[in-house]
Amino acid sequence: MPDGALPVLDVKGLKTVFRTRGGEVHAVNSVSFHLQPGELLGVVGESGSGKSVTMMSLIGLLPSPPADVREGQVLLGGMDLLRATPDQLRAVRGARIGFVFQDPMTSLNPVFNVGNQIMEPLRKHMGMDRKAARQRALELLELVGIPDAARRLDDFPHQFSGGMRQRVMIAIALACNPEVLIADEPTTALDVTIQAQILELVKELRQKLGMAIVWITHDLGVIAGIADRVMVMYGGQVVEQAPVRELFANPQHPYTRALLKTIPKVSGEREGRLQVIEGQPPILSAAPTACPFRARCAHAFDRCHRENPQRRAIGAGRVGYGHDVACHWTPEVTHA
Amino acid sequence: MLTYMIRRLLLAIPALLFTSLVIFLLVDFAPGSPMSQIPLTVPPDVRARIVEALGANEPIHLRFGLWLYQFFVVEPAYLLDQMFGTTLSTGRQRILSWQSRSPVMDIIAERLPQTLTVIGLAYVIGVLIALPIGIYSAYRPYSWFDQIGTFVAMVGFSVPTFLTGVVLIVVFSVNLGWLPSVYDTRLRMTGWNSFVQQAGQMAMPVMVLALFNAAEISRYMRSSMLDTLGQDYVRTARATGIGERAVVLKHALRNALIPVVTVIALGVPTVFAGAIVTEQVFRVNGLGALLINALEASDLPMVQTLTFIFAVLIVLFNLIADILYGILDPRIRYD
Repeated sequence: MPDGALPVLDVKGLKTVFRTRGGEVHAVNSVSFHLQPGELLGVVGESGSGKSVTMMSLIGLLPSPPADVREGQVLLGGMDLLRATPDQLRAVRGARIGFVFQDPMTSLNPVFNVGNQIMEPLRKHMGMDRKAARQRALELLELVGIPDAARRLDDFPHQFSGGMRQRVMIAIALACNPEVLIADEPTTALDVTIQAQILELVKELRQKLGMAIVWITHDLGVIAGIADRVMVMYGGQVVEQAPVRELFANPQHPYTRALLKTIPKVSGEREGRLQVIEGQPPILSAAPTACPFRARCAHAFDRCHRENPQRRAIGAGRVGYGHDVACHWTPEVTHA
Repeated sequence: MLTYMIRRLLLAIPALLFTSLVIFLLVDFAPGSPMSQIPLTVPPDVRARIVEALGANEPIHLRFGLWLYQFFVVEPAYLLDQMFGTTLSTGRQRILSWQSRSPVMDIIAERLPQTLTVIGLAYVIGVLIALPIGIYSAYRPYSWFDQIGTFVAMVGFSVPTFLTGVVLIVVFSVNLGWLPSVYDTRLRMTGWNSFVQQAGQMAMPVMVLALFNAAEISRYMRSSMLDTLGQDYVRTARATGIGERAVVLKHALRNALIPVVTVIALGVPTVFAGAIVTEQVFRVNGLGALLINALEASDLPMVQTLTFIFAVLIVLFNLIADILYGILDPRIRYD
């Protein structure tokens, strides 16, 4: 992606804290990233690394309390979403930022037919009347590849399969031609063949419609096939960020390397047991003062226990645009 | 749906017949005799003749068969006669009360309006209060509103109506003297004054029962709504940017109402049967009071008929609840 183009979405220093009975949980710590027009940014990390919470913080989808988005800026075309009024935020949700959630089985309302659910954002944001909205809903169902769309508009979610429901979810998210589509593990709950179909669909829609996409997943295989750029998250912060080829060819952070090793190989000799990363991801009860990965890192040394590493560029380019990593151990200039 | 309803109604027939037999046997085995209210000075041979005249000494299967015949053939025929001026029931004996020797159905028809106005109104008010309270409590869980609602509901549900009723009588009738403590059935509403009087005498029994009903239903509504608000599709609705009101009152409420409507429908028969205590406390001359008096006098036909009508209502509202469930939830199909 060209360096010069203005990002559609620019997130700076986002911090989200959950207030629970057992104290605070710092789920997102100073996360910064940007999204160029038409770009697909992959976000990877294991469960609890703060991927989904980061994205839901952007448009105020986290229930508050307990969530508290404390610091940062989320710039969408010059407007800071964290300082927007609830009404302004609602005008963004569904219209300029579309959301696709993980589980299509529970993400659609069971008592309304799908046509109704697609028409709702259209009528709210585009001011369409029933007839126009219905026409547009029909087009959307066709766009996401649901056969016999005209008849299926009046069907209820339980009459669709999981893959078809996820297509409906995508149709809802795309209804108002958003600039940004945030897909939160959209294929995790689907079986592999359906997963491939949804990936193909998103690739195709991206070419047709040109929106920028944030794709959250813990499946590196999916990322390799679809993303332009990858952001690896751990313990609520970004630990490495690079263009997709660069990341797979030249991973810097010990966590990224470990993640890549966990991918089982399909071809060649079996290498015995599958690789795992030992230990559990941390639950942060305070803003981190040390590297969140230190406990599971083979390379940790005393500095890692004293100081939380900042993101720094690898090679040329600024942080966030080329390849950057947050690690004390990684050498400044790599042996690429 | 129609075939389902017909099937359910047909299945209800043997169930109701069996219920009527059980009721009949229970009432019959219960101690007491229709003579228990007759003064002791009446000599035994006269008593025996009275019992004979009532038909109370006939074998049990005969009496049960007669009751079935009267309830399912004679009474409907009489009703048709009243409506269309036919003579289907001429010469056939209707179910008679042993106490008053007048037809049981006529007495029930006399008592029904009191029960419907007082107890029915209490139920409607209870539901209308309960739903918004439950919804808002769930929307702001553990807020001061929710805490107060929970407390009042606990009190309303756990304190029996005969206690709240008496407390209200002590406060509003005895101490303040604002409201009458006894319900006057003879009052006819003819103008503003009699309307105020009627509202006054209805106020306390309605309050007592509405509190009790609202307490129960608001808890159901709250927990159902709380459960629904945490669902993924509510988050989806929020993510489409529609207003908070539409998210809560359309997407969440429509789902949360499904179990609550069932509870409300199943509670309707208790309007007739369960308010017995309250009717006694406030001397409302309704069906509940009628049943209590009939039980005290061992008035078998009356007890049998009333109890059976309650049973029919329970079966009927079970069916209505199931049908409503099917209408509200598109995933349920009865075919």
